[in-house]
Amino acid sequence: MRGMSLIVKNTTRLVAGFIALFGAYIVLYGHVTPGGGFAGGVIIAGGLVLVVLAFGEEFSRRVISHEVVRTSESVGALAFLGVALLGYLGGAFFKNFLPLGDTGALASAGTLILSNLAIGVKVAAGLFGVFLALALFRRRGEKRLMVRETPAADEEADE
Amino acid sequence: MQNLLPFFVAVPLAGGFLMPVLGRLFASRRAAAVLPILFGAALLGLAVRLVLLPDADTPPYWMGAWDFPIGVSLVADGLSKFVLLVVAVVSFAALLFSMDYMTRYTSPGLYYGLFMLMLAGMNGVVLAGDLFNLFVFLEVAGIASYALVAFGTEADELEASFKYLVLGSLASAFVLVAIAVLYNVTGHLNLAKIAETFRASPGPSTMLGAALSESKGGLTVPVYLAAAFLLMGFALKAALVPFHAWLPDAHPSAPAPISAMLSGVLIKACGVYVLARLVFSVFAGAEVFGIILVVLGALSMVTGALLAVGQSDLKRLLAYSSISQVGYVVVAIGTGLVLLAWSPASAALGAVAALALFGGLFHLANHAVFKSLLFLVSGSIEHATGTRALERLGGLGRRMPLTAWCLRAAALAISGIPPFGGFFSKFIILLVLVQAAVLAHWAFWIVAGLALGVALVTLLYYAKVQRAVLGGAPSPATADAREVPFGMALATAALALLCLASALILHPAVKSRLVDPAVAVLTARGSAAAEEGATPPLASDAAAHTAQPDALGRLP
Amino acid sequence: MTLDMLPYLLGFLLLVIGVYAIIAKRNLIKVIVGLLVIDYATNLLLILVGYRSNTGGAPMAPILTPQLTPAQIARHAVDPLPQALILTSIVIGLSVTALVVALAIRLYDRYGTFDTGRFRNLRG
Repeated sequence: MRGMSLIVKNTTRLVAGFIALFGAYIVLYGHVTPGGGFAGGVIIAGGLVLVVLAFGEEFSRRVISHEVVRTSESVGALAFLGVALLGYLGGAFFKNFLPLGDTGALASAGTLILSNLAIGVKVAAGLFGVFLALALFRRRGEKRLMVRETPAADEEADE
Repeated sequence: MQNLLPFFVAVPLAGGFLMPVLGRLFASRRAAAVLPILFGAALLGLAVRLVLLPDADTPPYWMGAWDFPIGVSLVADGLSKFVLLVVAVVSFAALLFSMDYMTRYTSPGLYYGLFMLMLAGMNGVVLAGDLFNLFVFLEVAGIASYALVAFGTEADELEASFKYLVLGSLASAFVLVAIAVLYNVTGHLNLAKIAETFRASPGPSTMLGAALSESKGGLTVPVYLAAAFLLMGFALKAALVPFHAWLPDAHPSAPAPISAMLSGVLIKACGVYVLARLVFSVFAGAEVFGIILVVLGALSMVTGALLAVGQSDLKRLLAYSSISQVGYVVVAIGTGLVLLAWSPASAALGAVAALALFGGLFHLANHAVFKSLLFLVSGSIEHATGTRALERLGGLGRRMPLTAWCLRAAALAISGIPPFGGFFSKFIILLVLVQAAVLAHWAFWIVAGLALGVALVTLLYYAKVQRAVLGGAPSPATADAREVPFGMALATAALALLCLASALILHPAVKSRLVDPAVAVLTARGSAAAEEGATPPLASDAAAHTAQPDALGRLP
Repeated sequence: MTLDMLPYLLGFLLLVIGVYAIIAKRNLIKVIVGLLVIDYATNLLLILVGYRSNTGGAPMAPILTPQLTPAQIARHAVDPLPQALILTSIVIGLSVTALVVALAIRLYDRYGTFDTGRFRNLRG
């Protein structure tokens, strides 16, 4: 997949960092303002998709390798499950066991911020992975018809 | 033990998240199966442990220690435990089978990950104590199954998965609309609380309810709308006619262990179980739902059997047979509900209703076991010969003795031949239908006649299957078929033994532990519609709390 | 039928449009769009359920700031529970959409067309 024109590339260079920052803000402040893990993760994934579209597939591998994307998706999900299981320390599955703090402050609401972080990572990695699977498969599948034993094409299986 | 309820969901979820990563680390595709099989065994052990505990020892588990009625709960009463055990048994057998069978597909990590997610979803549906959690877990299981049906990525499989996905999403959308309406009318999502609300006669609490209600003992018009949508949605998940269109394409196209899971447990855990739970507890056992279930079940029985006779693809025949047998289960459950609703009129009806529910649940467990065995055997056949077409098979009786005996066992069981368990469950259902016809209403004669006819047709087409696959001379496809590897053989043999052993459910010791609590749960709720004073088990935690305004200022 | 019911009726109309698209259209992408419309319709209905009019003033969002007490939120704000429900529902819809689009892409690769009339099994 080739990149796009010079204007797009320059704009992306300027904007991509801010998109990531904004996404991180939405994730971290999820317990105070609307947003949270899912919305912030989608924004970060959007930023990554923008980078891939503007610069092409090869460059995107240097930004973040596709293996890392797959792994961090699972890591995010396992972290969320870990937070839930840690709730056992407080007495019940999923219990909010960290101190609750004042309303409206960043350091409040106990485990919510950890859950938001985990979900943010998972959603960003997941959505970006979906984009990679769909976009890159199109490129590889252009020249061949159905062959079951092609590991590469099937690796990007329907997820 | 109550602390362990979340593990039914957490363990397969952990497996689902770990396997895509771990799958790429293992050298061989068979080694990737070890961890899922361990998880499956752990779940089986947990399920057995859970079943052995009486209901009083497993109160609802409140997640995050939020309390009734706003907390999210996991409820393990008799019915949930029963279905949970069935799910655990079949999934363990399917995992064992997958170890060798899935070597012909790529990406074992993704396969086991999706399998574990589907298992987590099903466990969640069975254990869910509130409506929205049920929906979420339903979707988790559903999405995992859509992806698994398309796992082989051949054209047929993709099309089947697409059709399944579209229809399944439609059903889920209907369920969500129903949840919206129910929330509007009752203001709660907790199943026990909603049941309580319908049992009393509340005034409608919100705008939509006020605009449309005519109070009929708590079940107002919007509630009937919600019930209709819920029935449509879950009837599609249970593949009842006329909502069955996705099943004959989806079940054959999936890899064999997934077909076993789909036919064996998914349509039951996500379909029949939820239907039973809803019409008995949430909708206060109104008889109209029972009548609807009987009609839909009878239609499914007949349509499935008639369409199965003409099939030439082994797995497609088994899929239509699934529709037919699930129809039996739903007819039994519907009959039980109708008789319970009428039971204040005559004491004998109550006993017949309990027997009907027992027969339905017994047949549910039986069908899970022998249909999954049949699909696993078809997987063995496909593994050995490479084909599913009945015309091209033949003479396998001598070449694959173990598989042949498993096939015979399953076919005899599902046709209802003693001493296999299938005979007893079908016999009980027929008996109940005749008794209902004599004691309650003449329309049950029609259903009884249909049930008998369908049983004979079932015998017919399974005899055809056995003759086509096992008898006759070996054909070119089967000439060099060899017996299957150890893992597959073990799984099929274990399930075949269970087919025979399931008759033991009739033994009082097993019955009282395993099925009676489930029947008690259903009859307690169904009859509570008739007797005002009864407190059903699920709402017993409600009785412990006095009426206080909840966090949003509404009175319960 | 009061005017209050109008949003609900329109939501149901949207649902019907989505169902029509699934049933009647032959192009795979249009079926997918029908699925999306159904998702939007159900989310819309769920949000509408949560609406509570703030007597006289504008509808209040259920955000807890240090200036408000929970009792005030309970009395005046829009019900936050359906909003949480539709967040979940949107995520589920996203996953289903991703899956169905992946299926559509692979089907296109097999058949070279999105027309379901050409597929072997997908009629009806």
